[in-house]
Amino acid sequence: MSEAVTPLNGADFEGLATIKDAGLSGMITLRGDLASKEVKAAVKKAVGLGIPLQRQALSGQGTAVLWMSPDELLLLCAYDEVAQKIAALEKALEGQHFLAVNVSDARTVLRISGTGARETLAKLCPVDLSPGAFTPGMVRRTRMAQIPAAFWLDDSGVFYLICFRSVADYAFGALKDAALPGGEVGVYG
Amino acid sequence: MSTRLATGGRLLDRSRTQDFTFNGKRMRGHPGDTLASALLANDQMLVGRSFKYHRPRGIVASGAEEPNALVGLGEGARFEPNQRATTTEIFDGLNAISQNHWPSLEADIGALNSWVARFLPAGFYYKMFMHPRPFWKHVYEPFIRQSAGLGKVPNPGDPDRYEHFHFFCDVAVIGGGVAGLQAALAAAEAGAKVLLMEQTAHWGGRAPVDGGDVDGQPVADWISATLAKLQDMPHVTLRNRCMGAGVYDHGYLLGYERVSDHAPGFDAPRHRLWRIRAGQIVTATGAIERPLSFAGNDIPGVMLASAIRDYAVNYGVSIGDRTVVVTNNDDAYRTAITLKKFGLEIPAILDARQSGGGALADEARGLGIRVETGKGIASVKGGKRVRGVAICAQAGEGAVLEEISCDAVAMSGGWSPVVHLWSHCGGRLIWDEGAAHFRPDPANPPRGANGEGFVIAAGSANGATNLKNVLADAHAAGQAAARATGHAPASGAAPQGTGDDEAPIAPVWLMPQGARYGLRMKSWLDYQNDVKVSDIQLAAREGYESVEHAKRYTTLGMATDQGKLSNINGLAILSDALGQPIPQTGTTTFRPPYTPISLSAIAGAARGPIFQPVRKTPMHGWHEANGADFEPVGQWRRPYCFPRGEEGRHEAVTREIRQTRESVGLLDASTLGKIIVKGPDAGRFLDMLYTGMMSTLKPGKCRYGLMCNENGFLMDDGVVVRLDEETFLCHTTTGGAEAIHGQMEDWLQCEWWDWKVYTANVTEHYAQVAVAGPKARALLQKLSNDDLSAEALPFMGWTEVVVAGVRARIYRISFTGELSFELAVPASRGRALWEALMAAGEEFGVMPYGTEAMHVMRAEKGFIMIGDETDGTVIPQDLGLDWAISKKKEDYIGKRAQERSHMADPNRWKLVGLETLGGEVLPDGAYATAPGHNANGQRNTQGRVTSSYHSPTLGRGIAMGLVRHGPDRMGEVLEFPTLDGGILKARIVDPIFYDKDGEKQNV
Repeated sequence: MSEAVTPLNGADFEGLATIKDAGLSGMITLRGDLASKEVKAAVKKAVGLGIPLQRQALSGQGTAVLWMSPDELLLLCAYDEVAQKIAALEKALEGQHFLAVNVSDARTVLRISGTGARETLAKLCPVDLSPGAFTPGMVRRTRMAQIPAAFWLDDSGVFYLICFRSVADYAFGALKDAALPGGEVGVYG
Repeated sequence: MSTRLATGGRLLDRSRTQDFTFNGKRMRGHPGDTLASALLANDQMLVGRSFKYHRPRGIVASGAEEPNALVGLGEGARFEPNQRATTTEIFDGLNAISQNHWPSLEADIGALNSWVARFLPAGFYYKMFMHPRPFWKHVYEPFIRQSAGLGKVPNPGDPDRYEHFHFFCDVAVIGGGVAGLQAALAAAEAGAKVLLMEQTAHWGGRAPVDGGDVDGQPVADWISATLAKLQDMPHVTLRNRCMGAGVYDHGYLLGYERVSDHAPGFDAPRHRLWRIRAGQIVTATGAIERPLSFAGNDIPGVMLASAIRDYAVNYGVSIGDRTVVVTNNDDAYRTAITLKKFGLEIPAILDARQSGGGALADEARGLGIRVETGKGIASVKGGKRVRGVAICAQAGEGAVLEEISCDAVAMSGGWSPVVHLWSHCGGRLIWDEGAAHFRPDPANPPRGANGEGFVIAAGSANGATNLKNVLADAHAAGQAAARATGHAPASGAAPQGTGDDEAPIAPVWLMPQGARYGLRMKSWLDYQNDVKVSDIQLAAREGYESVEHAKRYTTLGMATDQGKLSNINGLAILSDALGQPIPQTGTTTFRPPYTPISLSAIAGAARGPIFQPVRKTPMHGWHEANGADFEPVGQWRRPYCFPRGEEGRHEAVTREIRQTRESVGLLDASTLGKIIVKGPDAGRFLDMLYTGMMSTLKPGKCRYGLMCNENGFLMDDGVVVRLDEETFLCHTTTGGAEAIHGQMEDWLQCEWWDWKVYTANVTEHYAQVAVAGPKARALLQKLSNDDLSAEALPFMGWTEVVVAGVRARIYRISFTGELSFELAVPASRGRALWEALMAAGEEFGVMPYGTEAMHVMRAEKGFIMIGDETDGTVIPQDLGLDWAISKKKEDYIGKRAQERSHMADPNRWKLVGLETLGGEVLPDGAYATAPGHNANGQRNTQGRVTSSYHSPTLGRGIAMGLVRHGPDRMGEVLEFPTLDGGILKARIVDPIFYDKDGEKQNV
């Protein structure tokens, strides 16, 4: 069986921030009544996590749950565990109205780290990225330059950005441009 | 002559020099110089020519308001026109050239215009070039184009980099003078997150030049201390060389940072556009001194009094040895006193006020300066430089009392608060009679969503006059801004500034007040656009009574400086001519940006490879490596064809079609939209979205569907797949995926919110490959152990199989009319699948085909294409697609609209095939003519071509078109005029040209 490949094929760039293809990642769109105990239980069962609050993410061992909209979550897991997780969700939610669908290949994930990570993103996204405003565990669905994107910040200060697979080159190019040395803004202390 | 003084120059580093050139001439300055100060230090008084009359022009101001000293900077790709010398910091190797002259600045042919100025009054071009009409296009416009336009366009493209930055704060303070510093401090001390922007490289504004004490210390020391305090506050961001360019709705503010203009070669972006969201905006933008309108006020050497003071104090530059000061207020006395203290001569201060000035006037007299009250300038003597002034009584008509020789004139007509940013988003102004200026009306600020003001003016920008008032006002503004963003101001009082009691200003809009025509036509209002007092008066006489009309008629304030110096003087003259008070005339509209910002900064990073997102399929890399000739489809790039060797597009397309029809071809169909629709109400929902019945589709089956908008027009089509009882997969067109998904969510969220349906756009999760041609099954069977026979997988069925080791959905659908399978696999394995298919297909000569081959093959089959056969005015019934419209359903989106009389009209043009009599290819979009002419004298029409191709399969041109009563007119011949004047004849035929019974796809 052929190997699955990401559109960026492991690309990375070292500038004001380090930008790196985060590799294959399992992603499941789960739509349903987020307030229901059934969804809560299903998510717990599938990825071992609770339901995040608005614009928040919860992460565990190799899994995470991202709030996407009032009736949508994004579940993250290992790439080859998606089928099994979806099966778990479907079983737990049998008889409920919900949608669980594999979107792992529809997107690409980039890892943005380093001292310039916040500034790099703030050049491209209309989001307040100051340390006081954007704290670990936050998620934002937004616009990055000319494409839709979502990103969240983990506890170690690393940003993960998701965008559509087809524009991976553009996303990487835009981030790289924003992280070019000499472009320090110097506003986040 | 202007020169560098032995002392002064607080902004200079005299220990170092920097070399630059002006019109090729080598000059020298010091770090800290602006180009303007460095030019003046090198006695370069003449810096440009005016726009209309090509009059010699010198530097007038010392800041952003400068109208004359516009230069071209740099060379080649880095050349930049219309840069203000007063805001350009010099650096080693700077090259500047003056503008609007030929052949040279000193000897300019265009200056002839000046001699005939009497015949070139306001509105001259409008009047002169009206008749005869045909002359406009062929004679006048080319002539005017040639002489119009200031500066040159750089060529080739800009090599520097630019970027945007998004920033959020409670309070943004624009202007880093004493008012801005104090407002920022007051807001920051209350705990607000503050951004303070200053357009120049220096903090403190003009306070260090004007002097005074704050809390008992010299103002310069207070500035340093306050700056240090702000720098220590973690919630304060300070930015110099960053101009507040525009204020927009809801506290959106643009900042224009010139990051490395002053230090080129440094590896940094050149400009950065700050896109700021501020809770409150404080405009501490200061004030601009107004010129006085007297004859010859445009001769190089006549400058704003404050500018002459700035050049002396900030840059150690004197404009002349003998400077006559002319004023209507006390402030200009500071210039006289300053110059006198530098040891320069002040032959006279001409104070237009009969009563003269206050304490400053006494100080000037004490220094032995001659002060003449009630006097003004009748005219300035000189051509390219000031030689002297003729003085007169301000109250008179300009009879000369005395001539005084001098080489500089310092003029002051009073100060106008910089209200631009206050006004950008709707802040109103009030006319302050006592101060003779417009200032922000605090009762009418720009308002945000909550109805409250979000801009507060502070300091001189708010009309405050001396240091004491400015600091008090700014302190209050900073506190108010903090309060408005939810912060409790600290209890501290405003710092105490000194404030001399000044004698009131006397408005002087014309000097002398009864100036004769001969003087008025030499009294300049707008230096850059050559608008004089007499022009405004002419406009008023000719009926241009609105200030906006007078502006456009005379071009007052329409130059690159946007009337920063001329606006108030001009509208005062207009008011006088109309016999009405100034507030009744009002001002013209202030629009962003405050001063011009670079287009590159607006574009930001959007250039080169990241100019626009390009969407790429998982197989894009293979296509690139195999010579694909791409075409844009939305933001996607799809292979149009895959030319081999020397092949042209046509040959490649022909080869690809032949291969597919005869054996097997591959199409990258990944761009097709794919939307999952799931829920107990999914079937009901799709029955409303599509014209056909979808709820009856069985799992394992596919059905073609049409989607209309509410007006009944066909907007998308595609194959719907039923995955299971509750789940459908809707294929859309490539360009339609996002819009159709949006349409689904719109209906679900806004209209049918109680229906149990969820959707997800999974377009990009799949790589999709169409394997088409008689050998398609044989090829696939080589890579799969699953049964792909017609029995196991019939036409319009789907199943899951493993192909080349990859789990795939396989659909028996056909857009070519051949035996065809579409395979969908996870995108990450798309390229691997593609390569496996290419390898396994070798024995069949497999080749990829592009979008053009796909188009031709579908046209041969009479399949419609959204965007070709449809254009937003076409309904499915026009296309003979009645079979795809359910008669059983009560409703679907567009059904009601399609029942309207116009839609049900039997005269609507309907789809037919068109076959040229000689086998030629009809031009796409060509019209079929009908007898007679319409009301506009145009030929009547009875149809048009919607798709047209050369069919390699049939060896002739084939076309589809919409024709009135078309389906009833089979066999009739229509005439299609071509662009070259010829006529092509084509017969109306069935639109299905190939395999009418569909035998080939159903095997």
